[in-house]
Amino acid sequence: MPQVSMTVNGKPASGNVEGRTLLSSFLRDTMGLTGTHVGCDTSQCGACVVHVDGDAVKACTMFALEAEGAEVATIEGQAAPDGTLNAIQAAFQEHHGLQCGFCTPGMVMSAAALLKDNPKPSEAEIRDYLEGNLCRCTGYHNIVKAIMAASGQNVGAIAAE
Amino acid sequence: MPKDHDGIGAGSKRREDVRFLTGAGNYTDDINVRGQAYVHFLRSDVAHGKLSKVDTGAAEGMPGVIRVFTGADFEGVGGLPCGWCVTDRHGQPMQEPAHPVLAQGKVRHVGDPIAAVVAETAEQARDAAEAIEVDIEDLPAVIDMKAAVQDGATKVHDDLSSNLCYDWGFVEENREAVDKAINEAAHVTTLELKNQRLVANPMEPRVAVGDFNRSTGEHTLYTTSQNPHVIRLLMGAFVLGIPEHKLRVVAPDVGGGFGSKIFHYAEEAFCTFAAKAVNRPVKWTSSRSEAFISDAHGRDHVTRIELALDKDNNFTAIRTETYANMGAYLSTFAPSVPTWLHGTLMAGNYKTPLIYVNVKAVFTNTVPVDAYRGAGRPEATYQLERVIDKAARELGLDPIALRRQNFVTEFPYATPVAVEYDTGDYHGTMDVLEKMADLSGFEARRKESEARGKLRGLGLNCYIEACGIAPSQLVGQLGARAGLYESATVRVNATGGIVVMTGSHSHGQGHETTFPQVIADMIGIDADMIEIEHGDTANAPMGMGTYGSRSIAVGGSAMVRAAEKVINKAKKIAAHLMEASEADIELKDGQFSVAGTDKSVAWGDVTLAAYVPHNYPLDEIEPGLEETAFYDPANFTYPAGAYACEVEVDPETGKVTIERFAAADDFGNIINPMIVDGQVHGGIGQGIGQALLEQCVYDENGQLLTGSYMDYAMPRADDVPFYDVDHSCQTPCTHNPLGVKGCGEAGAIGSPPSVVNAVIDALHSGGHKVDHIDMPVSPARVWAAMQG
Repeated sequence: MPQVSMTVNGKPASGNVEGRTLLSSFLRDTMGLTGTHVGCDTSQCGACVVHVDGDAVKACTMFALEAEGAEVATIEGQAAPDGTLNAIQAAFQEHHGLQCGFCTPGMVMSAAALLKDNPKPSEAEIRDYLEGNLCRCTGYHNIVKAIMAASGQNVGAIAAE
Repeated sequence: MPKDHDGIGAGSKRREDVRFLTGAGNYTDDINVRGQAYVHFLRSDVAHGKLSKVDTGAAEGMPGVIRVFTGADFEGVGGLPCGWCVTDRHGQPMQEPAHPVLAQGKVRHVGDPIAAVVAETAEQARDAAEAIEVDIEDLPAVIDMKAAVQDGATKVHDDLSSNLCYDWGFVEENREAVDKAINEAAHVTTLELKNQRLVANPMEPRVAVGDFNRSTGEHTLYTTSQNPHVIRLLMGAFVLGIPEHKLRVVAPDVGGGFGSKIFHYAEEAFCTFAAKAVNRPVKWTSSRSEAFISDAHGRDHVTRIELALDKDNNFTAIRTETYANMGAYLSTFAPSVPTWLHGTLMAGNYKTPLIYVNVKAVFTNTVPVDAYRGAGRPEATYQLERVIDKAARELGLDPIALRRQNFVTEFPYATPVAVEYDTGDYHGTMDVLEKMADLSGFEARRKESEARGKLRGLGLNCYIEACGIAPSQLVGQLGARAGLYESATVRVNATGGIVVMTGSHSHGQGHETTFPQVIADMIGIDADMIEIEHGDTANAPMGMGTYGSRSIAVGGSAMVRAAEKVINKAKKIAAHLMEASEADIELKDGQFSVAGTDKSVAWGDVTLAAYVPHNYPLDEIEPGLEETAFYDPANFTYPAGAYACEVEVDPETGKVTIERFAAADDFGNIINPMIVDGQVHGGIGQGIGQALLEQCVYDENGQLLTGSYMDYAMPRADDVPFYDVDHSCQTPCTHNPLGVKGCGEAGAIGSPPSVVNAVIDALHSGGHKVDHIDMPVSPARVWAAMQG
């Protein structure tokens, strides 16, 4: 089996994989980074979103070998080393933007990618951007609200939280 | 001293969020047992057929294959049991077919498991499954429910007399009186509708890991379950013959359930069985495509409802006939959904004196159907609230006034369908809703929409549900083969911290945050001093799990009862320490004091004394501080409310957009308003999904056409608006210690009718006299309806 090497959350990572091994499997099974979740097999749900060289990517839709030499960021690398949540993570907790937590890693990683390109997205822009991230628990209300709050917008006027 | 705001009523932030937000959750697929092998199921790709050959020879020689199992390996092993026996109109028990773990002789739906490969890797198991040679002699597929019960229809189960599981009448003694009332009514409104088949689709697919310890003879099953004790009992006692003390079931972090993870599934039994057979841990992870053809589906009712009114517009009778799809086998609680969870709610919020509900449950060559969020109550609410809207339109009445006129207003209220509402305030929730929905501004909003070429509609509905499931003796009389109490153990540690082991199971509901709020309130200590453990039969006392909006109402009540026992014992210890009478001991803010004196001891002093009993009344009480309680509810709880939806319809395309959504709920007392709001949001999201987007489609051959997220339209962030939710109208439940009712299903029950009512209203405003459009109200259906 060929070897693949990349950087994951700032640390070197390598392993032997089959040609068909997906990046999501490499992260979960080889690296033990089980925060990246797999919720479907058609690239729809977005629970597996990670960043590859700064871009949001569905890790179930990319072979591990395609990430050779790449900088990969996962949910495990988002909080500070002392455990302090980053602004997006903190906003999700503050505004109850998660329930079962399964879609949450992908939501947080997608939100981070959105805010990098669009630091103050409108409600409509957030909803549009999250087309590729399914959540079955929240009805999206508090996810959208959390992302608006994380971008520094006043969400006090939005109905209940 | 406790913090100001972490007791009952505080919007405490969720402690479980930290692990979920940092990738540190521990879901079943994150569990890997040393030495585990992987299983892949070969599933039927036809809906109905005789298995004429299953040749595993080639597969057994494939790389990495440990063993290939077929139905023959499960001869003599029990089938999957059904947990509820419904008695039909004639006093006969329902027809109950066998449900083998792996197909024996016949396949009955696309997805029915035929064989299973256990191999060193998941890929090897999948590769080998493709090498199994299967010959299936196709039989006609039975898909349409009404065709399935015609004479001469192909039978799904050869050993049953027909495809009719049961023909249920409720209340059968009322039948003639209902017929008479409808014949004599001033007006009868009739509606035929479908409550379409849905897939629950929790974002975490199901997973099972079986493990067997040969040295102790103990089995462990890690599984994605809402009720691990129930799985232990069903699988141990009925399928595999493993006594409970040799079987541990663990449901760790579970990524949503919505009902679909209540049931005992074949894959759980298989992994437990195979782990012993191959002497290796065995893991199965469902793909999403596999979930669509193996998770129990929901809803799938076809109903005709008649509502009779007198000349003054009082409801006088309701008569319904429903065909309910069971699928190919009876899933764990399937028979109860169209009957006791549906018929008993047909009174809704209204004082209709006569009601008759007929349900024909039918076997078809489709995936089994069972409870999905709301389970029977959404079906009841949808038909009732749609037919009331239609009646208002036919009679030229204001739909709110018609509802208000018929509201139940005096409690307790015994309905003609066997339940007794303990409390409620239906005018109260409607009053709240009318303000939230800004009804007086609607006409201006409609004109503004019309100016943009859009049709705007307003739809409302009420709902009531029976939650806090359920009084054991009552459900036993109704056919349940289980008790529906809940349990809790409150374990106080020497230094005052507390661990609560609850039989309730959290898979998104936030019990780890809300349950401590209750204990913190009772004792007057920080919620941080309390930890909740759940999901492991090795720790928690026998519990029935989480579904039917029962966790706080039943599980929370069990916890309160156990905590009361703890407090009573702690007061005895405190009395001894302060040399006072037990009757004079008060507990407030974590301090025991003697009434009328300045004497006090802290919570921690008492707990330490309990475990270091040097100065202690050992002749009167035992050391230690740990109590268990089982709570069996006296009645269901009855959350109720009123919802309003405003839609815009694009007359060019038929596309519906939700412009406003308001929900006024009465959940009784509230433990954590933030979490309650979130539960309602999620329910509304699913309800809008049902109303506008989601449906399972089978073709005439029984192929599931909506077998992935490419085809099954899940609601996405841009399909829904912000929701306005309110639960300020609170009539506390009268029969549980917290006065709580439950909030988990309300949104999903209450929202579909208001969406469809709003669409019909919009079309009428555009001159389209459309009485009904079945869900999902898709652009194609709306457009077709507008064309007449």
